[in-house]
Amino acid sequence: MTRLSRRTFVRLAGGTVAGLIAAPAVVTAQARPRILVVGGGFGGASAARFAATRYQGLDVTLVEPQARFITCPYGNVLLSGRRTLDQITHGYENVAKAGVTVVQDWVDGIDAAGKTVRLRGGRTLGYDKLILSPGIALRWNAIEGYDEAASAIFPHAWMGGDGSQITLLRRQLEAMPDGGVVGIAIPANPFRCPPGPYERISMIAAYLKRSKPKSKILALDAKDSFSKQGLFQDGWKELYGDMIEWVPLGKDGKVVRVDAKEKVFETEFGKKIKVDVGNVIPPQSAARIAIDSGLTNDSGWVEVKSSTFESAKAEHIHVIGDANIGAPMPKSGYIANSTSKQAVAAAMASLRGEPVPASPVYFNTCYSHVGDDYGISIVGVFRPAEKGFVETPNSGGVSPRGPLAEQANQRKLEAQYADAWYASITKDAFG
Amino acid sequence: MQTTNRRILLSAAVATLAVTATAVAWAQSPAKPAPLTAEACLGCHGPAAKGQDGVPGIRGYDKAEFVKVWGQFRANERPATIMNRIARGYTDEEVAALADYFSSLK
Repeated sequence: MTRLSRRTFVRLAGGTVAGLIAAPAVVTAQARPRILVVGGGFGGASAARFAATRYQGLDVTLVEPQARFITCPYGNVLLSGRRTLDQITHGYENVAKAGVTVVQDWVDGIDAAGKTVRLRGGRTLGYDKLILSPGIALRWNAIEGYDEAASAIFPHAWMGGDGSQITLLRRQLEAMPDGGVVGIAIPANPFRCPPGPYERISMIAAYLKRSKPKSKILALDAKDSFSKQGLFQDGWKELYGDMIEWVPLGKDGKVVRVDAKEKVFETEFGKKIKVDVGNVIPPQSAARIAIDSGLTNDSGWVEVKSSTFESAKAEHIHVIGDANIGAPMPKSGYIANSTSKQAVAAAMASLRGEPVPASPVYFNTCYSHVGDDYGISIVGVFRPAEKGFVETPNSGGVSPRGPLAEQANQRKLEAQYADAWYASITKDAFG
Repeated sequence: MQTTNRRILLSAAVATLAVTATAVAWAQSPAKPAPLTAEACLGCHGPAAKGQDGVPGIRGYDKAEFVKVWGQFRANERPATIMNRIARGYTDEEVAALADYFSSLK
C-alpha cells in the first residue's frame, strides 16, 4: 500500500469510486489533509493562519466558542486607563480570509482513536492532525470559598472571556473610595503569564496614584520569588513609593480561603484581611477539554513531545499554548505563537512522511508595563531537550537594573516596543 | 454498506496520500517559505517584517550587514534594548539563515 505511486492510487481510487459509490468528488475533497485547530487564542489562531498561509491544499478548520477574542495581554493596561476593551478585542474575520473555516462552537469531546471531535452544536468533525490550544481552566475552590459565584465579587480577570471580568475589576477600582485597600491573591507556579500579576499591581497603582493616592495595594503571594522581581520592585519604589506591599509565601502570603460576601482574604496561618477590592488569581490547570480527553497528567497539565508538541498520551494531537507542560518556557502568548508554528510544521511533516523540522527554536519576549513610559522585559530563547525544554545558555534574561535616572531611555523604549509587540503579535495571530 | 465502504476507501486514500511525498495536493506555497526560526522575529518586527511603531523593519536588510549587526548585538557593541539578549541565543548558522531570508524579501 505504502509503495503505491500517486498515479496508481488515482486509478485504483477512481475505479473503486465508480464501482461502489459513484461520487469521485467526495474522494477529491476528502483527500485534502484536514488540520483541525481547537481554541482561537494566541496559539490556535496563529496555528490556523500559519497552516492556511504556508501550505496549500489543506482543509484548515478553527473551532472557537467565542465570536471575538479578548486578549489577556494589555488587559492590565486597561486597568490603568491607557487602553479600552475594544482595543484588545480581535475578531476572526482575517483568520477566515486566510482560508481557515472558522466554526463558532464548543468542543465537548475528542475521540483520539477515531480522530474526530464532537461539537456541542451536534456536529462531529474529523481530522488528520488536531492542534489543540485550549488554554487554561481556573481551579475553583482550590482556594476555599473561591468559586464562579465568588468571582462576581472578587474578579479573577485572568481569562479574556467576554471581557466582563476585567471590566468588573476596573469598575470596582473606580468605585473604591480613596484610602481603600486593593487585595490581590497570587498563585504558586505554574500559571498563565508569570509576570502578569505584577504588571497588574503596577497598572492598578498607576491608576490609584492618579485618582486615589491614599489607597494601598496588598499583594499576597503563594510563592517567595517572581518573574522580573528586582525590576518590578525597583519600579514600584520609584513610581509608587510605599503604596504597594508584597507579602511572600514565607511571610504568610498564601491565601487559602476567601469570604467574598464579607470581602475577606484569609491566609495559611489564619490572618484575616478585609479588602475593599479583591482580585483573586486562583491556581490553574489545562482547560477542561484536555482533562476530559485524558491528555493531562497528575499535575493537571499536558505532557508533550518537545519537537512536535504531540501529546505524550495521544497520537495526532498536538497541544500548544498554556495547557502544556513547557517549563522553563513561560505560559505566554508569544510562546503559544512561536511553538504553534513548529507544531503545525511537525504535523505536516508527519502527514507527508518527512522528518520533523530539525533544531527548532522557541522564542519568547514578555514585556510588562510598570508605569507610563516605563517598560521592562524578559527574553527567553528555548530549544527541545532530551526531555522537555531548555533555555539556551548565556542568552535572554531581563532588562538591566539601575536607577530610573540612568535607565529612563531604556524603560521608555521598552514601553514603546511593548506596544509594538502587541500590534505585531496580534496581527500575526489574528491577521 | 455504502457509508462503510466509503469510510474504508477514504481512510485508504488519506493513508496513501500521506506517504506520497510528491503529491501535489498540498504542496508548499511557491514563494520562498520563511525558515521557522524567522517566524519568531515577526512578533515584534511586524508580520511583513516592515517594522512596527519604532521597531525597525528588517525586510530586505542587506545580508552581510545583518550578520555584522547581529554580531555587534551579541557582543554588546551596539546600543540595544532587547536585541543583545536575543542575539546571544542563536547560532551562526541560524543567523546566516535569517540573514539569507530577510535579505531575500523585496
